[in-house]
Amino acid sequence: MLQTILGLLTLSGFAGFLALCLEVADLYFANYGECAIRINDGEREYTVQGGGHLLGALGDQGIFVPSACGGRGSCGLCKLQVLEGAGPLLPTETPYLSPEERRNHVRLSCQVKVRNNLSIEIPPELFLIKEYSARVERIRDLTEDIKEIRLSLLEPDTMKFKAGQYIQFQIPEYAGADEPVYRAYSLASGPGDPRRLTLVVTRVPDGVASTYIHTELREGNKVRVNGPYGEFYLRESAGDILMVATGSGLAPIMSLLHQMADQQIQRKATVVFGARQRKDLFYLEELEGFKERIPSLEVIFTLSRPSEEDRWQGERGRVTEVIPKIVHPRDEVEAYICGNPAMVESSEELLVRLGVPRERIYYDKFA
Amino acid sequence: MDLGISAFVIFFAAIFTNNILLTNFLGMCSFLAISREVRSSIGLGLAVVFVMTWTSAINYIVYYYILEPFNLVHFRFIVFIIVIAAFVQLVEMVIERYSPVLYVILGVFLPLITVNCAILGVCLFMIIREYTFLQSVAYGAGGGIGWMLAIVAMGGIRQRLAKAPIPKPLEGPGITLIIAGLMALAFIGFGGMIQIQ
Repeated sequence: MLQTILGLLTLSGFAGFLALCLEVADLYFANYGECAIRINDGEREYTVQGGGHLLGALGDQGIFVPSACGGRGSCGLCKLQVLEGAGPLLPTETPYLSPEERRNHVRLSCQVKVRNNLSIEIPPELFLIKEYSARVERIRDLTEDIKEIRLSLLEPDTMKFKAGQYIQFQIPEYAGADEPVYRAYSLASGPGDPRRLTLVVTRVPDGVASTYIHTELREGNKVRVNGPYGEFYLRESAGDILMVATGSGLAPIMSLLHQMADQQIQRKATVVFGARQRKDLFYLEELEGFKERIPSLEVIFTLSRPSEEDRWQGERGRVTEVIPKIVHPRDEVEAYICGNPAMVESSEELLVRLGVPRERIYYDKFA
Repeated sequence: MDLGISAFVIFFAAIFTNNILLTNFLGMCSFLAISREVRSSIGLGLAVVFVMTWTSAINYIVYYYILEPFNLVHFRFIVFIIVIAAFVQLVEMVIERYSPVLYVILGVFLPLITVNCAILGVCLFMIIREYTFLQSVAYGAGGGIGWMLAIVAMGGIRQRLAKAPIPKPLEGPGITLIIAGLMALAFIGFGGMIQIQ
Protein backbone atom coordinates (compact mmCIF):
# COMPACT_ATOMS: atom_id res chain seq x y z
CA MET A 1 0.00 0.00 0.00
CA LEU A 2 2.66 2.43 1.08
CA GLN A 3 4.69 1.51 -1.97
CA THR A 4 1.75 2.22 -4.29
CA ILE A 5 1.20 5.64 -2.74
CA LEU A 6 4.88 6.45 -2.88
CA GLY A 7 4.99 5.30 -6.48
CA LEU A 8 2.02 7.45 -7.43
CA LEU A 9 3.49 10.44 -5.61
CA THR A 10 6.84 10.08 -7.36
CA LEU A 11 5.15 9.66 -10.68
CA SER A 12 2.96 12.72 -10.13
CA GLY A 13 5.98 14.65 -8.97
CA PHE A 14 7.86 13.68 -12.09
CA ALA A 15 4.97 14.66 -14.36
CA GLY A 16 4.56 17.91 -12.44
CA PHE A 17 8.24 18.65 -12.84
CA LEU A 18 8.02 18.14 -16.60
CA ALA A 19 4.94 20.38 -16.75
CA LEU A 20 6.81 23.04 -14.80
CA CYS A 21 9.76 22.77 -17.22
CA LEU A 22 7.36 23.29 -20.12
CA GLU A 23 5.74 26.29 -18.44
CA VAL A 24 9.14 27.88 -17.86
CA ALA A 25 10.15 27.12 -21.42
CA ASP A 26 6.87 28.57 -22.66
CA LEU A 27 7.51 31.81 -20.77
CA TYR A 28 11.01 31.98 -22.10
CA PHE A 29 10.74 30.73 -25.69
CA ALA A 30 7.18 31.58 -26.68
CA ASN A 31 7.18 35.07 -25.24
CA TYR A 32 7.94 37.50 -28.01
CA GLY A 33 6.96 40.55 -25.98
CA GLU A 34 5.38 43.55 -27.56
CA CYS A 35 6.22 44.22 -31.19
CA ALA A 36 5.71 47.38 -33.18
CA ILE A 37 4.21 47.22 -36.66
CA ARG A 38 5.15 50.25 -38.74
CA ILE A 39 2.85 50.75 -41.71
CA ASN A 40 3.65 52.74 -44.86
CA ASP A 41 6.84 54.31 -43.54
CA GLY A 42 5.39 55.47 -40.25
CA GLU A 43 1.98 56.62 -41.48
CA ARG A 44 0.51 54.35 -38.81
CA GLU A 45 2.11 52.39 -36.04
CA TYR A 46 0.62 49.70 -33.84
CA THR A 47 2.00 47.82 -30.86
CA VAL A 48 0.82 44.24 -30.69
CA GLN A 49 1.55 41.17 -28.60
CA GLY A 50 4.10 39.10 -30.55
CA GLY A 51 3.71 35.45 -31.47
CA GLY A 52 0.64 35.58 -33.70
CA HIS A 53 0.33 35.80 -37.46
CA LEU A 54 0.52 39.17 -39.18
CA LEU A 55 -2.91 38.74 -40.79
CA GLY A 56 -4.61 38.24 -37.44
CA ALA A 57 -2.59 40.98 -35.75
CA LEU A 58 -3.70 43.46 -38.41
CA GLY A 59 -7.29 42.23 -38.13
CA ASP A 60 -7.20 42.93 -34.38
CA GLN A 61 -6.23 46.50 -35.24
CA GLY A 62 -9.17 46.84 -37.61
CA ILE A 63 -7.20 46.41 -40.84
CA PHE A 64 -8.82 43.67 -42.90
CA VAL A 65 -6.51 42.15 -45.47
CA PRO A 66 -8.53 40.14 -48.00
CA SER A 67 -8.27 36.40 -47.35
CA ALA A 68 -10.58 33.80 -48.80
CA CYS A 69 -9.16 30.76 -47.03
CA GLY A 70 -9.15 32.24 -43.54
CA GLY A 71 -5.38 32.09 -42.99
CA ARG A 72 -4.59 28.54 -44.03
CA GLY A 73 -2.16 29.65 -46.72
CA SER A 74 -4.16 28.19 -49.57
CA CYS A 75 -5.63 31.19 -51.41
CA GLY A 76 -2.67 33.57 -51.73
CA LEU A 77 -4.85 36.68 -51.44
CA CYS A 78 -3.35 38.17 -48.28
CA LYS A 79 -0.11 39.31 -49.92
CA LEU A 80 1.60 42.31 -48.36
CA GLN A 81 4.98 43.96 -48.68
CA VAL A 82 6.95 43.27 -45.52
CA LEU A 83 10.07 45.41 -45.73
CA GLU A 84 11.70 44.51 -42.43
CA GLY A 85 11.47 41.83 -39.79
CA ALA A 86 9.64 39.05 -41.62
CA GLY A 87 12.47 36.51 -41.46
CA PRO A 88 13.24 34.02 -44.22
CA LEU A 89 10.72 33.06 -46.89
CA LEU A 90 8.73 30.01 -45.76
CA PRO A 91 8.05 26.94 -47.89
CA THR A 92 4.33 27.51 -47.39
CA GLU A 93 4.59 30.87 -49.14
CA THR A 94 6.78 30.09 -52.14
CA PRO A 95 4.06 28.58 -54.38
CA TYR A 96 2.12 31.86 -54.29
CA LEU A 97 4.91 34.35 -54.97
CA SER A 98 6.37 35.27 -58.36
CA PRO A 99 10.11 36.01 -58.64
CA GLU A 100 9.27 39.70 -58.96
CA GLU A 101 7.13 39.65 -55.80
CA ARG A 102 9.94 37.92 -53.93
CA ARG A 103 12.33 40.67 -54.96
CA ASN A 104 9.82 43.24 -53.70
CA HIS A 105 9.59 41.55 -50.28
CA VAL A 106 5.99 40.47 -50.83
CA ARG A 107 4.88 37.88 -48.26
CA LEU A 108 1.70 36.06 -47.30
CA SER A 109 0.51 37.84 -44.19
CA CYS A 110 -1.22 34.70 -42.90
CA GLN A 111 2.11 32.85 -42.74
CA VAL A 112 4.43 35.57 -41.46
CA LYS A 113 4.55 35.67 -37.69
CA VAL A 114 4.99 38.80 -35.63
CA ARG A 115 8.13 37.96 -33.68
CA ASN A 116 9.91 41.32 -33.73
CA ASN A 117 9.30 44.82 -35.00
CA LEU A 118 7.92 44.85 -38.53
CA SER A 119 7.84 47.46 -41.23
CA ILE A 120 5.16 46.83 -43.83
CA GLU A 121 3.46 48.49 -46.81
CA ILE A 122 -0.31 48.36 -47.11
CA PRO A 123 -2.27 49.71 -50.09
CA PRO A 124 -4.24 52.71 -48.73
CA GLU A 125 -7.58 51.29 -49.88
CA LEU A 126 -7.21 48.46 -47.34
CA PHE A 127 -7.61 51.05 -44.59
CA LEU A 128 -11.14 51.60 -45.86
CA ILE A 129 -12.00 47.95 -45.23
CA LYS A 130 -13.88 47.65 -41.98
CA GLU A 131 -16.23 45.33 -40.22
CA TYR A 132 -19.84 46.50 -40.18
CA SER A 133 -23.00 45.42 -38.46
CA ALA A 134 -26.19 45.82 -40.45
CA ARG A 135 -29.90 45.06 -40.30
CA VAL A 136 -31.74 43.23 -43.06
CA GLU A 137 -34.16 45.85 -44.30
CA ARG A 138 -35.85 43.98 -47.11
CA ILE A 139 -35.70 40.58 -48.81
CA ARG A 140 -37.28 40.35 -52.23
CA ASP A 141 -37.56 37.53 -54.78
CA LEU A 142 -36.05 38.59 -58.10
CA THR A 143 -36.49 35.22 -59.82
CA GLU A 144 -37.21 31.68 -58.69
CA ASP A 145 -33.69 31.22 -57.35
CA ILE A 146 -32.34 34.77 -56.99
CA LYS A 147 -33.10 37.01 -54.03
CA GLU A 148 -32.30 40.65 -53.43
CA ILE A 149 -31.14 41.44 -49.90
CA ARG A 150 -31.11 45.07 -48.81
CA LEU A 151 -29.08 45.87 -45.70
CA SER A 152 -29.06 49.09 -43.77
CA LEU A 153 -25.77 49.71 -41.99
CA LEU A 154 -25.83 50.17 -38.22
CA GLU A 155 -22.27 50.45 -36.95
CA PRO A 156 -20.42 52.14 -38.67
CA ASP A 157 -23.48 53.55 -40.42
CA THR A 158 -21.91 54.40 -43.77
CA MET A 159 -19.52 52.56 -46.10
CA LYS A 160 -17.28 54.35 -48.55
CA PHE A 161 -16.93 52.11 -51.59
CA LYS A 162 -16.43 52.24 -55.32
CA ALA A 163 -19.26 51.06 -57.54
CA GLY A 164 -18.63 47.44 -58.56
CA GLN A 165 -16.80 46.37 -55.40
CA TYR A 166 -17.84 43.47 -53.20
CA ILE A 167 -18.23 42.76 -49.50
CA GLN A 168 -17.83 39.62 -47.43
CA PHE A 169 -20.99 38.44 -45.71
CA GLN A 170 -20.66 36.50 -42.46
CA ILE A 171 -22.85 33.43 -42.30
CA PRO A 172 -23.26 32.54 -38.61
CA GLU A 173 -23.40 28.98 -37.30
CA TYR A 174 -26.59 27.23 -38.34
CA ALA A 175 -27.73 23.72 -39.22
CA GLY A 176 -25.75 23.85 -42.49
CA ALA A 177 -22.51 25.38 -41.14
CA ASP A 178 -20.80 24.38 -37.90
CA GLU A 179 -18.60 27.48 -37.84
CA PRO A 180 -19.07 31.00 -39.18
CA VAL A 181 -18.09 31.29 -42.84
CA TYR A 182 -17.61 34.28 -45.12
CA ARG A 183 -18.81 34.61 -48.69
CA ALA A 184 -18.20 37.44 -51.10
CA TYR A 185 -21.15 39.22 -52.68
CA SER A 186 -21.02 42.15 -55.07
CA LEU A 187 -22.86 45.30 -54.14
CA ALA A 188 -25.73 46.15 -56.47
CA SER A 189 -26.34 49.53 -54.87
CA GLY A 190 -24.36 52.63 -55.78
CA PRO A 191 -21.88 54.59 -53.65
CA GLY A 192 -24.38 57.46 -53.75
CA ASP A 193 -26.32 55.70 -50.98
CA PRO A 194 -23.59 54.79 -48.48
CA ARG A 195 -26.04 53.78 -45.73
CA ARG A 196 -27.55 50.90 -47.68
CA LEU A 197 -26.01 47.82 -49.27
CA THR A 198 -27.92 45.74 -51.78
CA LEU A 199 -26.83 42.18 -52.51
CA VAL A 200 -28.10 39.78 -55.16
CA VAL A 201 -27.83 36.15 -54.11
CA THR A 202 -28.39 33.12 -56.33
CA ARG A 203 -29.34 29.96 -54.52
CA VAL A 204 -26.64 27.36 -55.15
CA PRO A 205 -27.72 23.75 -54.47
CA ASP A 206 -26.01 22.69 -51.23
CA GLY A 207 -24.30 26.09 -50.99
CA VAL A 208 -23.64 26.84 -47.32
CA ALA A 209 -24.06 30.60 -47.61
CA SER A 210 -26.74 30.94 -50.28
CA THR A 211 -28.89 28.30 -48.57
CA TYR A 212 -28.66 30.26 -45.35
CA ILE A 213 -29.57 33.53 -47.04
CA HIS A 214 -32.47 31.95 -48.94
CA THR A 215 -33.99 29.90 -46.14
CA GLU A 216 -32.85 31.24 -42.75
CA LEU A 217 -32.35 34.97 -43.16
CA ARG A 218 -35.36 37.14 -42.25
CA GLU A 219 -36.10 40.84 -42.50
CA GLY A 220 -35.00 42.55 -39.32
CA ASN A 221 -32.13 40.13 -38.65
CA LYS A 222 -28.78 41.57 -37.67
CA VAL A 223 -25.81 40.53 -39.81
CA ARG A 224 -22.08 41.26 -40.03
CA VAL A 225 -20.23 42.15 -43.21
CA ASN A 226 -16.76 43.43 -44.00
CA GLY A 227 -15.43 45.26 -46.99
CA PRO A 228 -15.29 46.81 -49.49
CA TYR A 229 -12.95 44.77 -51.68
CA GLY A 230 -12.18 44.39 -55.36
CA GLU A 231 -10.74 45.98 -58.46
CA PHE A 232 -13.97 45.83 -60.49
CA TYR A 233 -14.78 49.53 -60.70
CA LEU A 234 -15.38 52.02 -63.49
CA ARG A 235 -12.15 53.30 -65.03
CA GLU A 236 -11.94 56.89 -66.17
CA SER A 237 -11.46 57.08 -69.93
CA ALA A 238 -13.34 58.23 -72.98
CA GLY A 239 -13.91 54.78 -74.53
CA ASP A 240 -17.25 53.07 -74.97
CA ILE A 241 -18.36 50.88 -72.11
CA LEU A 242 -19.49 47.32 -72.66
CA MET A 243 -21.02 45.54 -69.67
CA VAL A 244 -21.73 41.84 -69.88
CA ALA A 245 -23.61 39.94 -67.17
CA THR A 246 -25.35 36.65 -66.60
CA GLY A 247 -27.47 35.75 -63.59
CA SER A 248 -26.57 37.53 -60.37
CA GLY A 249 -23.51 38.89 -62.19
CA LEU A 250 -25.79 41.81 -62.95
CA ALA A 251 -25.31 43.07 -59.37
CA PRO A 252 -21.99 44.97 -59.77
CA ILE A 253 -23.16 46.20 -63.19
CA MET A 254 -26.20 47.77 -61.48
CA SER A 255 -23.79 49.46 -59.12
CA LEU A 256 -21.77 50.86 -62.04
CA LEU A 257 -25.00 52.13 -63.61
CA HIS A 258 -25.94 53.86 -60.35
CA GLN A 259 -22.58 55.62 -60.47
CA MET A 260 -23.01 56.63 -64.13
CA ALA A 261 -26.47 58.01 -63.43
CA ASP A 262 -25.45 59.87 -60.27
CA GLN A 263 -22.33 61.39 -61.83
CA GLN A 264 -24.02 61.96 -65.19
CA ILE A 265 -21.33 60.12 -67.09
CA GLN A 266 -22.25 60.47 -70.74
CA ARG A 267 -20.04 57.74 -72.24
CA LYS A 268 -21.71 55.37 -74.67
CA ALA A 269 -22.60 52.27 -72.68
CA THR A 270 -24.15 48.93 -73.60
CA VAL A 271 -25.37 46.31 -71.14
CA VAL A 272 -25.70 42.74 -72.40
CA PHE A 273 -27.69 40.68 -69.91
CA GLY A 274 -27.98 36.97 -70.57
CA ALA A 275 -30.34 34.47 -68.97
CA ARG A 276 -31.88 31.15 -69.84
CA GLN A 277 -35.56 32.04 -70.01
CA ARG A 278 -37.68 35.09 -69.55
CA LYS A 279 -38.44 34.12 -65.95
CA ASP A 280 -34.70 34.30 -65.20
CA LEU A 281 -34.47 37.99 -66.16
CA PHE A 282 -34.73 40.53 -63.36
CA TYR A 283 -34.25 44.24 -62.56
CA LEU A 284 -36.15 45.03 -65.78
CA GLU A 285 -37.86 48.13 -64.34
CA GLU A 286 -34.65 49.35 -62.75
CA LEU A 287 -32.78 48.98 -66.06
CA GLU A 288 -35.61 50.82 -67.81
CA GLY A 289 -35.20 53.58 -65.23
CA PHE A 290 -31.45 53.80 -65.89
CA LYS A 291 -32.14 54.16 -69.62
CA GLU A 292 -34.10 57.31 -68.83
CA ARG A 293 -31.42 58.71 -66.54
CA ILE A 294 -28.49 57.77 -68.80
CA PRO A 295 -29.42 58.76 -72.36
CA SER A 296 -26.31 57.09 -73.82
CA LEU A 297 -27.25 53.67 -72.34
CA GLU A 298 -28.48 50.73 -74.32
CA VAL A 299 -29.64 47.45 -72.71
CA ILE A 300 -29.75 44.19 -74.65
CA PHE A 301 -31.35 41.05 -73.20
CA THR A 302 -30.54 37.67 -74.62
CA LEU A 303 -32.11 34.33 -73.77
CA SER A 304 -30.23 31.12 -74.40
CA ARG A 305 -33.24 28.80 -74.16
CA PRO A 306 -36.50 30.79 -74.37
CA SER A 307 -39.60 28.66 -73.83
CA GLU A 308 -42.70 28.63 -76.02
CA GLU A 309 -44.81 30.80 -73.74
CA ASP A 310 -42.02 33.39 -73.48
CA ARG A 311 -42.93 34.55 -77.05
CA TRP A 312 -39.45 36.07 -77.05
CA GLN A 313 -38.83 38.71 -79.71
CA GLY A 314 -35.37 39.81 -78.56
CA GLU A 315 -31.90 38.36 -79.00
CA ARG A 316 -31.42 34.63 -78.70
CA GLY A 317 -28.32 32.67 -77.74
CA ARG A 318 -25.55 33.16 -75.21
CA VAL A 319 -23.96 36.53 -74.52
CA THR A 320 -20.97 35.50 -76.62
CA GLU A 321 -23.27 35.33 -79.65
CA VAL A 322 -24.47 38.89 -79.06
CA ILE A 323 -21.13 40.57 -78.32
CA PRO A 324 -19.80 40.38 -81.95
CA LYS A 325 -22.92 42.26 -83.11
CA ILE A 326 -22.09 45.28 -80.97
CA VAL A 327 -18.30 45.31 -80.72
CA HIS A 328 -16.51 46.07 -83.95
CA PRO A 329 -12.76 46.04 -84.53
CA ARG A 330 -11.20 49.45 -84.05
CA ASP A 331 -13.87 50.47 -81.55
CA GLU A 332 -12.44 51.98 -78.38
CA VAL A 333 -14.04 49.60 -75.93
CA GLU A 334 -13.66 49.06 -72.22
CA ALA A 335 -15.34 45.85 -71.08
CA TYR A 336 -16.77 44.92 -67.67
CA ILE A 337 -17.80 41.27 -67.38
CA CYS A 338 -19.41 39.55 -64.44
CA GLY A 339 -20.93 36.11 -64.08
CA ASN A 340 -19.94 32.46 -63.93
CA PRO A 341 -16.28 31.69 -64.71
CA ALA A 342 -16.98 29.86 -68.00
CA MET A 343 -18.92 32.83 -69.38
CA VAL A 344 -16.28 35.30 -68.20
CA GLU A 345 -13.45 33.33 -69.81
CA SER A 346 -15.16 32.78 -73.16
CA SER A 347 -16.26 36.44 -73.29
CA GLU A 348 -12.74 37.61 -72.53
CA GLU A 349 -11.24 35.44 -75.29
CA LEU A 350 -13.91 36.65 -77.72
CA LEU A 351 -13.25 40.31 -76.92
CA VAL A 352 -9.50 39.81 -77.32
CA ARG A 353 -10.14 38.29 -80.75
CA LEU A 354 -12.31 41.31 -81.57
CA GLY A 355 -9.33 43.55 -80.85
CA VAL A 356 -10.05 44.74 -77.31
CA PRO A 357 -6.77 44.96 -75.38
CA ARG A 358 -6.68 42.47 -72.52
CA GLU A 359 -5.75 45.15 -69.98
CA ARG A 360 -9.02 46.94 -70.72
CA ILE A 361 -11.18 43.94 -69.93
CA TYR A 362 -12.22 43.91 -66.27
CA TYR A 363 -14.08 41.03 -64.73
CA ASP A 364 -15.45 39.45 -61.58
CA LYS A 365 -15.77 35.69 -61.55
CA PHE A 366 -18.14 33.80 -59.31
CA ALA A 367 -16.35 30.63 -58.39
CA MET B 1 23.12 -10.35 -24.47
CA ASP B 2 26.50 -9.97 -26.03
CA LEU B 3 27.88 -6.69 -24.74
CA GLY B 4 30.61 -6.88 -27.35
CA ILE B 5 28.31 -5.44 -30.03
CA SER B 6 29.59 -1.96 -30.62
CA ALA B 7 27.29 1.04 -30.85
CA PHE B 8 28.42 1.36 -34.44
CA VAL B 9 27.09 -2.08 -35.37
CA ILE B 10 23.82 -1.40 -33.57
CA PHE B 11 23.45 1.84 -35.49
CA PHE B 12 23.68 0.08 -38.86
CA ALA B 13 21.67 -2.90 -37.73
CA ALA B 14 18.86 -0.59 -36.67
CA ILE B 15 18.82 0.97 -40.12
CA PHE B 16 18.97 -2.14 -42.29
CA THR B 17 18.75 -5.57 -40.70
CA ASN B 18 16.46 -4.64 -37.82
CA ASN B 19 14.54 -1.80 -39.39
CA ILE B 20 11.98 -0.93 -36.74
CA LEU B 21 9.27 -0.24 -39.28
CA LEU B 22 9.75 -3.14 -41.65
CA THR B 23 10.80 -5.89 -39.26
CA ASN B 24 8.96 -4.85 -36.06
CA PHE B 25 6.07 -3.07 -37.83
CA LEU B 26 6.10 -0.20 -35.39
CA GLY B 27 5.00 3.30 -36.39
CA MET B 28 2.68 1.97 -39.07
CA CYS B 29 -0.11 4.51 -38.66
CA SER B 30 1.87 7.59 -39.64
CA PHE B 31 3.82 5.46 -42.14
CA LEU B 32 0.60 4.72 -44.00
CA ALA B 33 -0.94 8.16 -43.57
CA ILE B 34 1.92 10.51 -44.46
CA SER B 35 3.70 8.55 -47.20
CA ARG B 36 1.73 9.91 -50.15
CA GLU B 37 4.67 11.91 -51.45
CA VAL B 38 8.41 12.15 -50.90
CA ARG B 39 8.34 15.73 -49.63
CA SER B 40 6.18 15.15 -46.59
CA SER B 41 7.81 11.77 -45.98
CA ILE B 42 11.17 13.50 -45.62
CA GLY B 43 9.66 16.05 -43.23
CA LEU B 44 8.14 13.40 -40.99
CA GLY B 45 11.25 11.22 -41.29
CA LEU B 46 13.54 14.04 -40.14
CA ALA B 47 11.29 14.76 -37.20
CA VAL B 48 11.32 11.07 -36.19
CA VAL B 49 15.13 10.84 -36.44
CA PHE B 50 15.51 13.90 -34.26
CA VAL B 51 12.97 12.94 -31.61
CA MET B 52 13.98 9.27 -31.50
CA THR B 53 17.66 10.03 -30.94
CA TRP B 54 17.00 12.50 -28.17
CA THR B 55 14.24 10.63 -26.38
CA SER B 56 16.26 7.41 -26.31
CA ALA B 57 19.01 9.36 -24.54
CA ILE B 58 16.66 11.12 -22.14
CA ASN B 59 14.62 8.01 -21.39
CA TYR B 60 17.82 6.04 -20.74
CA ILE B 61 18.75 8.55 -18.05
CA VAL B 62 15.23 8.63 -16.66
CA TYR B 63 15.04 4.84 -16.52
CA TYR B 64 18.38 4.09 -14.93
CA TYR B 65 18.65 7.14 -12.66
CA ILE B 66 15.03 7.72 -11.61
CA LEU B 67 12.84 4.69 -12.26
CA GLU B 68 15.21 1.93 -11.16
CA PRO B 69 16.49 3.52 -7.92
CA PHE B 70 12.93 4.39 -6.87
CA ASN B 71 11.50 0.99 -7.80
CA LEU B 72 9.16 2.52 -10.38
CA VAL B 73 10.17 0.32 -13.29
CA HIS B 74 6.57 -0.85 -13.79
CA PHE B 75 5.58 2.75 -14.61
CA ARG B 76 8.02 2.88 -17.51
CA PHE B 77 5.32 2.97 -20.21
CA ILE B 78 3.61 6.03 -18.77
CA VAL B 79 6.84 7.77 -17.92
CA PHE B 80 8.39 7.20 -21.35
CA ILE B 81 5.27 8.57 -23.06
CA ILE B 82 5.20 11.63 -20.81
CA VAL B 83 8.87 12.30 -21.48
CA ILE B 84 8.37 11.96 -25.22
CA ALA B 85 5.34 14.26 -25.18
CA ALA B 86 7.09 16.89 -23.07
CA PHE B 87 10.21 16.72 -25.23
CA VAL B 88 8.21 17.15 -28.42
CA GLN B 89 6.44 20.19 -26.95
CA LEU B 90 9.73 21.73 -25.92
CA VAL B 91 11.36 21.09 -29.29
CA GLU B 92 8.37 22.62 -31.03
CA MET B 93 8.70 25.82 -28.99
CA VAL B 94 12.45 26.08 -29.54
CA ILE B 95 12.24 25.44 -33.28
CA GLU B 96 9.42 27.93 -33.69
CA ARG B 97 11.51 30.55 -32.00
CA TYR B 98 14.84 30.00 -33.70
CA SER B 99 14.12 28.46 -37.08
CA PRO B 100 10.80 29.43 -38.63
CA VAL B 101 11.69 27.59 -41.84
CA LEU B 102 12.37 24.31 -40.06
CA TYR B 103 9.25 24.89 -38.00
CA VAL B 104 7.11 25.07 -41.11
CA ILE B 105 8.75 21.94 -42.57
CA LEU B 106 8.43 19.89 -39.37
CA GLY B 107 5.62 21.84 -37.73
CA VAL B 108 2.66 19.63 -38.53
CA PHE B 109 4.64 16.43 -38.00
CA LEU B 110 6.09 17.10 -34.58
CA PRO B 111 2.81 16.73 -32.63
CA LEU B 112 2.05 13.57 -34.63
CA ILE B 113 5.24 11.97 -33.39
CA THR B 114 4.16 12.04 -29.77
CA VAL B 115 1.90 9.10 -30.46
CA ASN B 116 4.25 7.31 -32.85
CA CYS B 117 4.71 3.87 -31.35
CA ALA B 118 8.12 3.42 -33.00
CA ILE B 119 9.53 6.04 -30.61
CA LEU B 120 8.15 4.25 -27.57
CA GLY B 121 9.24 0.96 -29.12
CA VAL B 122 12.86 2.08 -29.37
CA CYS B 123 12.85 3.21 -25.74
CA LEU B 124 11.42 -0.14 -24.59
CA PHE B 125 13.75 -2.25 -26.75
CA MET B 126 16.83 -0.52 -25.44
CA ILE B 127 15.75 -1.41 -21.90
CA ILE B 128 14.83 -5.01 -22.73
CA ARG B 129 18.10 -5.53 -24.59
CA GLU B 130 20.05 -3.90 -21.75
CA TYR B 131 21.96 -1.51 -23.99
CA THR B 132 24.53 0.86 -22.59
CA PHE B 133 23.95 4.60 -22.93
CA LEU B 134 26.01 4.87 -26.10
CA GLN B 135 24.36 1.81 -27.60
CA SER B 136 20.93 3.22 -26.76
CA VAL B 137 21.62 6.51 -28.48
CA ALA B 138 23.06 4.68 -31.49
CA TYR B 139 19.99 2.46 -31.56
CA GLY B 140 17.72 5.53 -31.35
CA ALA B 141 19.51 7.36 -34.16
CA GLY B 142 19.72 4.23 -36.32
CA GLY B 143 16.10 3.37 -35.67
CA GLY B 144 15.05 6.87 -36.69
CA ILE B 145 17.12 6.83 -39.86
CA GLY B 146 15.81 3.37 -40.71
CA TRP B 147 12.25 4.56 -40.19
CA MET B 148 12.91 7.59 -42.40
CA LEU B 149 14.50 5.38 -45.07
CA ALA B 150 11.40 3.19 -45.15
CA ILE B 151 8.89 6.05 -45.30
CA VAL B 152 10.82 7.97 -47.95
CA ALA B 153 11.07 4.82 -50.07
CA MET B 154 7.34 4.30 -49.63
CA GLY B 155 6.69 7.95 -50.50
CA GLY B 156 8.66 7.55 -53.72
CA ILE B 157 6.82 4.37 -54.66
CA ARG B 158 3.39 5.83 -53.91
CA GLN B 159 4.18 9.00 -55.84
CA ARG B 160 4.82 6.87 -58.93
CA LEU B 161 1.88 4.68 -58.14
CA ALA B 162 -0.46 7.67 -58.39
CA LYS B 163 -0.48 7.25 -62.16
CA ALA B 164 -0.63 3.45 -62.19
CA PRO B 165 -3.86 1.56 -62.90
CA ILE B 166 -4.63 -0.14 -59.58
CA PRO B 167 -7.68 -2.39 -59.12
CA LYS B 168 -10.33 -0.25 -57.47
CA PRO B 169 -10.71 -2.24 -54.20
CA LEU B 170 -6.95 -2.02 -53.61
CA GLU B 171 -6.62 1.75 -53.98
CA GLY B 172 -5.23 3.69 -51.00
CA PRO B 173 -4.40 1.74 -47.84
CA GLY B 174 -4.84 -1.66 -49.54
CA ILE B 175 -2.05 -1.31 -52.03
CA THR B 176 0.07 0.54 -49.48
CA LEU B 177 -0.07 -2.41 -47.10
CA ILE B 178 0.87 -4.80 -49.91
CA ILE B 179 3.86 -2.62 -50.82
CA ALA B 180 4.85 -2.43 -47.16
CA GLY B 181 4.73 -6.23 -47.05
CA LEU B 182 6.97 -6.54 -50.12
CA MET B 183 9.40 -4.00 -48.68
CA ALA B 184 9.45 -5.91 -45.42
CA LEU B 185 10.26 -9.13 -47.29
CA ALA B 186 13.19 -7.38 -48.96
CA PHE B 187 14.46 -6.06 -45.63
CA ILE B 188 14.08 -9.44 -43.93
CA GLY B 189 16.63 -10.60 -46.50
CA PHE B 190 19.22 -8.61 -44.52
CA GLY B 191 18.04 -10.35 -41.36
CA GLY B 192 20.75 -12.93 -40.85
CA MET B 193 23.67 -10.59 -41.45
CA ILE B 194 23.85 -9.07 -37.99
CA GLN B 195 22.27 -10.52 -34.86
CA ILE B 196 21.48 -7.88 -32.25
CA GLN B 197 18.49 -9.46 -30.55
